[in-house]
Amino acid sequence: MIDKLDSSLRFHQEALNLRARRQEVLSANIAHADTPNYKARDFEFSATLSQAVERGRQSMSVSMATTSSRHITGEAQVAGGADLLYRTPNQSSIDGNTVEMDVERVNFADNAMHYEANLTIISSKIKSLLSAVQQ
Amino acid sequence: MPYSNSAVGIFQIAGSAMTAQSQRMNTTASNLANADSVTGPDGQPYRAKQVVFEMAPADGQAIGGVRVARVIDDPSPMRMVHDPRNPMANAEGYVTMPNVNVVEEMVNMISASRSYQANVEVLNTAKTMMLKTLTIGQ
Repeated sequence: MIDKLDSSLRFHQEALNLRARRQEVLSANIAHADTPNYKARDFEFSATLSQAVERGRQSMSVSMATTSSRHITGEAQVAGGADLLYRTPNQSSIDGNTVEMDVERVNFADNAMHYEANLTIISSKIKSLLSAVQQ
Repeated sequence: MPYSNSAVGIFQIAGSAMTAQSQRMNTTASNLANADSVTGPDGQPYRAKQVVFEMAPADGQAIGGVRVARVIDDPSPMRMVHDPRNPMANAEGYVTMPNVNVVEEMVNMISASRSYQANVEVLNTAKTMMLKTLTIGQ
């Protein structure tokens, strides 16, 4: 039962996680608009999301080494599973910085909007699940 | 930064950028104010200061905030002005003036102010997102 609830929300959870992560990456780009030799970073959202949904986040988790079969395997999630790529600048700047403020701002606003849309969907999903439970 | 802390990460990153940009603005103010300071506490003319930004990632992170790596003395040559009546003039009648380029400093100021604004906007967006996240399921 619980895993059904979990699986119905998992896609959105992953999407929200990645949106938050991307927001962080984009905010770092905006923060470094004046840092010499900084290269703008980003990741491909849809590819990363489908990868996260397909394989789960197991590939990114680390587990403790065990020396006995009776040890409990401790597992922890490692952050930042998304493969960060470098953005190709349309107009390169003389100090080696590849941040283009317009591109970053557009992506930032777009990402924030998608994040909020995602939240709305999750909220309505929870509501419909709740109403199903209360029947 | 763990996934769950993303928004906090944004606050740190944008906050560090704001600190760095305001330090840049401070340096610009100092340069503009001292554009004509022929002598300083050490008896030497004022030298323009420039900040050097660098990226300050947390351990094992690809992204991170901004940090002012150091404040350097502008290496460009000092401005020589012919003014024999000035007490600081040398034997040929030239006074060594600060190497502050006022036009460049104005541009620097505008650029710092715009970057600061961009970061404030990032912060506000992140705050809105976080507040909205708190209302999930309500």
